[in-house]
Amino acid sequence: MSELRKIIIDDREVEVDPRLTLLQACEEAGVEIPRFCYHERLSIAGNCRMCLVEVVGGPPKPAASCAMQVKDLRPGPDGAPPVVRTNTPMVRRAREGVMEFLLINHPLDCPICDQGGECDLQDQAMAYGVDFSRYREPKRSATDLALGPLVETHMTRCISCTRCVRFMTEVAGVPEMGQTGRGEDSEITSYDSATLQTGPDLVVATLRAGLSSELQGNIVDLCPVGALTNKPYAFTARPWELRKFQSIDVMDALGSNTRVDVRGREVMRILPRNHDGVNEEWLADRSRYVWDGLRRQRLDRPYVRREGKLKPASWAEAFGAIAAAVKAADGAVAAVAGDLVSVEPMWALKRLMAALGSDWHDCRQDGARLIPGNRSAYVGNATVADIDAAGAVLIVGSNPRDAAPVLNARIRKAWIGGADVAVIGEDVDLTFPAAHLGTGPEALTGKGRGKVVAFLKDKAAPVIIVGQGALARDDGAAVIGHAMALAAETGAGMLVLHTAAARVGGMDIGFTHPGGVAGALEGAKVIFNLGADEIDIAAGPFVIYQGHHGDRGAHRADVILPGAAWTEQPGTYVNTEGRVQVANRAGFPPGDAREDWAILRALSAELGVTLPFDTLDALRRDLYAAHPHLAAVDAIAESPWQPVEAGEVAPRAFRNGLADHYLTNAVTRASAVMAECSRLAAERRAKAMAAE
Amino acid sequence: MLDDKDRIFTNLYGMHDRSLAGAKARGHWDGTAGLIANGRDWIVNEIKNSGLRGRGGAGFPTGLKWSFMPKESDGRPHYLVVNADESEPGTCKDREIMRHDPHTLIEGCLIASFAMGAHAAYIYIRGEYIREREALQAAIDEAYDAGLLGKNAAGSGWDFDLYLHHGAGAYICGEETALIESLEGKKGMPRLKPPFPAGVGLYGCPTTVNNVESIAVAPTILRRGAAWFASFGRANNTGTKIFAISGHVNRPCVVEESMSIGLKELLERHCGGVRGGWKNLKAVIPGGSSVPLLPSHLCDDAIMDFDWLREQKSGLGTAAVIVMDQSTDVIKAIWRLAKFYKHESCGQCTPCREGTGWMMRVMDRLVTGEAEIEEIDTLLDVTTRVEGHTICALGDAAAWPIQGLIRHFRDEIEDRIRARRSGRVGAVAAE
Repeated sequence: MSELRKIIIDDREVEVDPRLTLLQACEEAGVEIPRFCYHERLSIAGNCRMCLVEVVGGPPKPAASCAMQVKDLRPGPDGAPPVVRTNTPMVRRAREGVMEFLLINHPLDCPICDQGGECDLQDQAMAYGVDFSRYREPKRSATDLALGPLVETHMTRCISCTRCVRFMTEVAGVPEMGQTGRGEDSEITSYDSATLQTGPDLVVATLRAGLSSELQGNIVDLCPVGALTNKPYAFTARPWELRKFQSIDVMDALGSNTRVDVRGREVMRILPRNHDGVNEEWLADRSRYVWDGLRRQRLDRPYVRREGKLKPASWAEAFGAIAAAVKAADGAVAAVAGDLVSVEPMWALKRLMAALGSDWHDCRQDGARLIPGNRSAYVGNATVADIDAAGAVLIVGSNPRDAAPVLNARIRKAWIGGADVAVIGEDVDLTFPAAHLGTGPEALTGKGRGKVVAFLKDKAAPVIIVGQGALARDDGAAVIGHAMALAAETGAGMLVLHTAAARVGGMDIGFTHPGGVAGALEGAKVIFNLGADEIDIAAGPFVIYQGHHGDRGAHRADVILPGAAWTEQPGTYVNTEGRVQVANRAGFPPGDAREDWAILRALSAELGVTLPFDTLDALRRDLYAAHPHLAAVDAIAESPWQPVEAGEVAPRAFRNGLADHYLTNAVTRASAVMAECSRLAAERRAKAMAAE
Repeated sequence: MLDDKDRIFTNLYGMHDRSLAGAKARGHWDGTAGLIANGRDWIVNEIKNSGLRGRGGAGFPTGLKWSFMPKESDGRPHYLVVNADESEPGTCKDREIMRHDPHTLIEGCLIASFAMGAHAAYIYIRGEYIREREALQAAIDEAYDAGLLGKNAAGSGWDFDLYLHHGAGAYICGEETALIESLEGKKGMPRLKPPFPAGVGLYGCPTTVNNVESIAVAPTILRRGAAWFASFGRANNTGTKIFAISGHVNRPCVVEESMSIGLKELLERHCGGVRGGWKNLKAVIPGGSSVPLLPSHLCDDAIMDFDWLREQKSGLGTAAVIVMDQSTDVIKAIWRLAKFYKHESCGQCTPCREGTGWMMRVMDRLVTGEAEIEEIDTLLDVTTRVEGHTICALGDAAAWPIQGLIRHFRDEIEDRIRARRSGRVGAVAAE
């Protein structure tokens, strides 16, 4: 931190870091500066010219406040602090002029524009523009682009701020957008850099290609006008009709902070919320566009299997069938929890199992050998934000681009800042160069280890990211032991990158069995399946499926209890770095479906083992008494470092778990948008292979 | 009038041998090592004392510009970039240097590079200059063969490489930071300043961008002394200058003359006068397309230097004098310039991208008179909203000619609008 410098902004004296831009300094002084192209998480373009301010004593023309640093200002006479003015006639004139220029070729079709009501251009035209137009010439129009199923374009509205170009290039790392042409004929367009297209006209095929990035939805948020809009949401709602709820994303384990916009009962769209420690202000497409999956394949009433077929039933019939089965099981009951459930229903289920005299329960569907009770081994000791300052990042057994695309963007940011990145496992394209130090655990144990130690040694605050590809295997516990030994030796932090939003919460409350899911289910006569859709349950036991989507789990069930999705009930989630976060209820579950904890509470009474809570608050009090760290929302509890034995490992290459980036759980599998994304991704892969 | 003995460019017309032997015979490459042996500070001081102002248009003192380069390298190399992207309409002076007297430029590159600690220099030549590039490249090859470039260039002990880069034909690449971007292989779009090229320029290294003429005159200034160069022209506007006169004169030409020469003297002595006589003069654009024009009543006593023209709200620019006689449709002439700037705007920043098109379209209608009288003021206001609000000076350059037109020929514009409306030809047009 360099020394603060005094600067006078509109008669207000402030002391700021001289590396700040004038625009940031003005914000510190509480002075709002209008802007279009400037975005604090992107590089500075300085092209919209909306942020012009007057620097007193400088050249007799306004300066772009987004591009000029405080240290570039010359002090006034006698060393007086430099003076910046934002409310002089010169500045007002400049803003009015720029606003007018932006609007002369803008279609002004606000009534049919999806951005209406949340449009920077609209707002700033109201605040800084004039109320008439002097432009009498014909307006320009531009050809719309086909960017794929997620982003709709109306390029005539584009004001060429290049935020989308900069985002795709800098943050997403997939330089698929650019500006062609020049002058007023310049236009933003896309081009396919990943694969060589074939077709009658190579140039046209390559230009105007759809986007392949898994973060492309963010350009919709970034676009200050209605040029890029949300395609699945297009023309369905106006922002002022929507009720907005703070939520947490559950499509991956990063726990991106989201805002769920609801009209009536329906989720209309999902947007990111800013959280510097987690997702900054980005959101993966998988998380943003999954909401149409919340409307399909929903379980809205209980079902009971009769004569081999699932038949609609009442709650009483369903509970009766369960009670009979549990009685017949004579204590041989087991439970498994899925990837999307929050902590509260898992806690209720764990209490229910305990009341039935069983501790056969587990939440590790993928078979990850996470070590129960050792939080330092299943969460690690590094945070997501630690990646920013890391001098080296080692990724073991994961493709973060698949597991948590927003986290990958963060690693990319560290790489741009000078960090070295290396991978042990599959050699995948992370959008930035990464050294490939090995394919399997032998890189952590055998001859390769020297290379890995050398990579981490003497780097500033290195971080080791251990993915599920390294842990969901028989020697997973030994692998984590080796990773911890490596971290201890090199002074690195370790972050376990999970793929399931429910996982860390389940581990935290001990929803585990020494033998994993297989061990928990072995010998069980009744299996309580709380939203687990990624496992196969063999024929035999009586299966109760409680969940929100009619997916794999429901097909195998004997009784289906319709639960609520994460947007339909309040729930606590613990993300991959161990941060406790709460998703609020944005709507109600459909039909007869109920909140998950309430179903379990009702069922417990039916089974004669009534759980000791009647409200969610009471449940949480019970939960917090046992696990106090879960009460500290948005905090990351310290996990005391407990090394794990670095045992024998099998010389088998790590395999990254996710088969399909877009189809990872029951909700995504019900989403038509995700299905389309998946199809296009497969097409791109096939094309890339054909080109090789 | 400049005596022949005081001309720096003695082969401006290509009548003599342009090869190295010819250049040496005319006194170039004479004692270059000795000039360099005098040291960096001496060279920069001499240039400062000579009063040389940048010949590319802005007229920034060249010696001062050189002195902005870091004295000691911080590990990054320094670069000299020569702006040979001579694209300003009316301007054709650097072209004559490069094709007929290239060794003045090459020698200047060596000396200027030494003066700013650069071991490499790039000449960025305009895309349309094919023959000029060939001539200049041939001269560079010659200089390499003779040991005047490369290791221990010209026996000075200074290692120096000179590269010629061919542009692709975009006016904006004559803007120094857009030129640097283009040289780096990117789209030619101006950079935000600060940082200035002297701090962060080509490939992020300290860089000075100079016009061809500014560099080419340097060796002769050093050889003949700053006082000699400073003896021409008025104070603060010293030296000799190449003027390029085009348009309605009897003999359009490129000529080296003393700074601060009278416009009338320049035209009459070198160009055979205005077509149809001095009285037939309507207006003059004194410094290339981007400066406001001067109407004939200001031309009688016009002095061709930076300060006098600045006082008349015009500029010396590149000293490309475009002469227009009474037969000229001056509105259409300025419209053509507006069209040029609209075509050459890079599209990066809003006022220029949108404003150049707007200005051109209003000018379209002013040419035919299909406009309202009030629109003249609107157009003037639009030019002031482009001017000074853009990243680079192209916005200013697009605004100034129109401002000059409205300042001096408003009655003619109004007359045309009225004539269109009434069908009667007005007083001004009937003249």
